[in-house]
Parts: sequence; C-alpha cells; structure tokens
Amino acid sequence: MSTLLQPAGASDRRRIWLNAGAILGAGIVGFITFVAIFAPLLAPYDPFAFDLGRRVIPPFWMEGGSPLNILGTDQLGRDYLSRLIYGARVSMIIGVATIITSGIIGTFLGVMGGFYGGKIDDAVVFAITARLSIPVVLVALAVAGFSGGASFTMVILVLGLLLWDRFAVVARSTTMQIRNLDYVAAARCAGCSPMTVLLKEVLPNIATHLAVVATLEMALAILLEAALSFLGLGVPPPAPSWGLMISEAKEYMFFSPWIIMIPGIALFVLVLGVNLLGDALRDMLGTDLSR
Amino acid sequence: MLHFLRRRVTVAILVALTVLTLSFLLTRLSGDLAISIAGPNATQEDIELIRRAYGLDRPLWVQYFDWLWRALQGDFGDSYFFKTRVARLILERMPITMTLGLCGLAIALCVALPLGILAAVKENTWVDRSVLMVALIGQAMPSFWLGLTLMIVLGLNLGWLPISGTGSWEHYVMPSIVLSFSAIPALMRLTRSGMIEALASDYIRTARAKGLSRLSILVKHGFRNAAIPVVAIAAVQLGFMLGGSIVIETVFALHGVGYLAWESISKNDFPVVQAVVLVLALIYIGLTLLSDLLNAVLDPRLRSA
Repeated sequence: MSTLLQPAGASDRRRIWLNAGAILGAGIVGFITFVAIFAPLLAPYDPFAFDLGRRVIPPFWMEGGSPLNILGTDQLGRDYLSRLIYGARVSMIIGVATIITSGIIGTFLGVMGGFYGGKIDDAVVFAITARLSIPVVLVALAVAGFSGGASFTMVILVLGLLLWDRFAVVARSTTMQIRNLDYVAAARCAGCSPMTVLLKEVLPNIATHLAVVATLEMALAILLEAALSFLGLGVPPPAPSWGLMISEAKEYMFFSPWIIMIPGIALFVLVLGVNLLGDALRDMLGTDLSR
Repeated sequence: MLHFLRRRVTVAILVALTVLTLSFLLTRLSGDLAISIAGPNATQEDIELIRRAYGLDRPLWVQYFDWLWRALQGDFGDSYFFKTRVARLILERMPITMTLGLCGLAIALCVALPLGILAAVKENTWVDRSVLMVALIGQAMPSFWLGLTLMIVLGLNLGWLPISGTGSWEHYVMPSIVLSFSAIPALMRLTRSGMIEALASDYIRTARAKGLSRLSILVKHGFRNAAIPVVAIAAVQLGFMLGGSIVIETVFALHGVGYLAWESISKNDFPVVQAVVLVLALIYIGLTLLSDLLNAVLDPRLRSA
C-alpha cells in the first residue's frame, strides 16, 4: 500500500519517459510503414509523371504555392508529396532487406563463435575486427562505382555484406552467456544434435537481443542508403529515394530551401523513430551493446 | 604486459594483411579492368595494349603478390587520371582530411564531455533526458543534409562562413561541425554511463565522507575514472570519422582524401581508390591499437585480458 502513497519516484518517471519514447518511435515507424505499403493509394499523383511547365512550385502554404501540389513540385515538375510517399518505400525496403541480409550473416558468425569457442571463436572475432577496419561508405561507393553503376539490389547487397558486425558482436556475447545454462546443458544431455540445440534453444533465447540490434542497424542502413544515393551511387534515378531527391534538388536549395528541407526532415523523422524504438527495446531488455 | 602487447600487435598486422587483400579484390570486382580503363570507345587493340601496359595479362596471383610487395613499400602505383604517383596524391590531400577529423573530434569532445557529465550528475531529471534527446537527434541527422542546411543558414542567410571549397581556416568550420555530429552521441552516452557508474562507487562515497568539495569529487575522483573508456573510444571514433569524411568532403568540396576517393571512383581511377581504402583502414587499425594500449596503460585491470 505504501507504494501508492509515495510520489512518483525517479525510476517511475524514467519508465514514463521511456514509454513516451517508445510510443513516439512506434508511432513514427508505424505511420511510415503504412505510407510505404499503401503508397499507390495515398499518393495524389504518379511520382514519375513530370510537367516541365510546373517546375519548383513551393508548398501550398508558401507564396506562389498551389493547392494542386500540397508539398509543391520538384525541378522536373513532379509532385513532391507523391515522390515523398514513394520514397518511404525505398527507405523501408532497403532498411529491412539490409538487416535481413546482415542479420543472417552476423547471427550465424556470432552464434558459431559464442557456442563453439576456441579456434572458431578466434576466427569470428578476427572477422569482426577486420570488418570494423573497413571504411563502410567508401567501400560501398567504390563497389557501386566499379561494378558499373548502382542499383536497388546492389545497395542492399553491399550494405548487407558490410553491416553485420554488431549482429555478430551481440549474438556472440549473448550465446556465450547462455551456452552453459541448465536448459542448454539439458538439451545436450538429452542427446540433441548441436544443430537442434542451436536452433531450438540458443536462437530463440537471443532473438530479442538481436531485435534491438536490428532496429539500430536499420536506422544506420537507411541513413547510409540516403548518403549513397545523395552521392549518386545509390538508388539510381528516377526512383524517388529521399537522399536522391535532396541531391537532385541541390542546385535550387539557395533560392528554395524547402526543396531540400522536405525530404531531409522525412529522413530525420524516420531515423529518429527507428532509433527511439530501438532504444526503448534495449532499455526494456537490458541488451548491452558496448563492445 | 608484453604478452598483451605482442598479441594485439599480431592481430593488428593480420587485420592489415586482410584489408590489403580485400582492397586488391575490390578493384577486380568490375570484371575486366582493361576494358574499364580503356573506356567505351576503345578498340580491341587498344584494350590489348592497355592490358599489357598495366600488367593485367599476368595471372591474378602474380598481380596480387606484385601489388602486395609494392604496397608494403608504400608504392601504390600511378593514378590513371592524374598521371602522378598515388602515394604523393594521398600525402598532399591527407593534411586536409586529418585537420577535418581532428577539428571534428575536438568539437565532439567539447560538446560531449560536459553534457555527458551534466547528464550523469542530474541523472533521471529533465536535464538528463534533454541530453539524451540531443544524442538521439544527432544520431538521426543525415550528415549531408545537415551540411547543406548549415550552408543555407550560416553561409547564405547569415553570411558568416564561406559556403564551400578549400583555402582558409573558415572553410573547415562547417565541415568540422557536421563531422562532429557523428561522434557526439556515442561519446556523450559513454561519458554519461561511465560517470554514473563512477559516482555510485565506494571511493566517491569515501571522498564525500571526507568532506571534499563537490567539484573536486566530480573532476578528480569521478571523471578520472570515467575518462578511460572515453579516451579509448575517442581514438576509435577518429578512425570512423576519417573514413566517413568522404560524404562531408564531397558536400563541401573540401579537397581532402575523401574527395579524392570520390573523384577517383567516378573516373574509374582504380589505384587511387584502392590506396585510399587501404590508407584509411590502416589508420583505423593503428588508432584501435593505440586505443587498446592507452586503455591498458590507464587501467591496469585490463592488461591481463
């Protein structure tokens, strides 16, 4: 009863704050996922249809804006809102596909190292160390540039092959922690093959920690895709990637700053949402991400 | 200590060799190098000529060991586009990237350390939460977009700083600010958690009981212990920042190593890109080694690890 009478303590306030962050994050991610899935229904115009007579029209609330194009039009007269809506698809697909690719690689390596230990673990730790020394943006750009121009799949593949390090680190340390626990030992004693132990006992028990890594890595993947597309070696035009939108509109930014603000803010809000969600998950589960 | 040192150095050398191999393979991704170098209008004879001139007709492993041998001596070959030694090109541009990286790190530390300590002292208050919010915002900000936004506000609207280019110290201000954003969140969180841990420890309680002043407790007893991981991570962060400066150098047309790499990628200038990847990776490896050693020197508990 006494707890009811006490004023909200620091830990209660912290929990409320965490919940607020989690709700905001989930709301943002949920909304953008919804927009990405139902893009064809939500977009007022075809995101690829251009009209050179109606170029760089500002959003409707600014001087010279028109109610026909709520967020204005880009340098080719394409409806900005429609492109922004379809751009959510690009970010979400690349974010999710990247973490699936890198998640599989990293989890496999980490679980192997953590479970078997010894030489295998040394090899895994070495692979992580080597991977961390490779400058991601530079190598991603070089691969895209040298393999004859970038494409959607190329971006996913390159990022997926580069961003597995954190999955491996967390999968390894969590597997090590549960390797010697009773239920794993029991499964071994019961005569289960190592494969069964790994899939049925280890993997389900480290999955929540991997979910934390997945959200934080997804945020990183979305930012990197935008940066690659901005530098012209990511998603190729005329796809409406938010990074590419900023890059294409760059020469108009000094006269019409809104043209880079709109996709930039969209990108910022999405990444903030994914990170808020990841942080809330991490605090709930107590995953330690420090190396 | 000697065993620890030997082990870390061995790992660093092995990682460096792996990176050497990877950066060699990187340029062979495109299939036939000779066709890429010759360009779209080349005839079959041109391609044959180039293949022989660059030694691309030899078996792959011969090329690899030849390249490896030269690279170990600091010879990265000639740039296809600039027609000069690659090593010289990189040496010329490196000071710019280094200046940018160090300025970025300095700004990041100036922001992250005080805010991190403040958040730890005021744990679970609105101050703490605002600081964590700053970290989240910094993490979510796309660097190239932040760069363009600063150009509009500080460069065009207020006219305080030059918009882009390389020249005076003023050209480094905006890029350094943008670069610092990539390191601030991690450094701030680490300072905060380190300080919280330190402040909850027995020796702080003892210091309090002795009646030492608040500031003395914070700085001499708290921060000195929290600083160890921060110093180590700062070195690693510098490595990441140098690798990530390619985006920022391109946005601001700052002619450092990153900009050189970007130019060279678009011109299919393989030897330059290969060498830049290698040099940045080697710097990173050196910095992590340094960070491990610093850690060991500052914190004797880690030496046996």
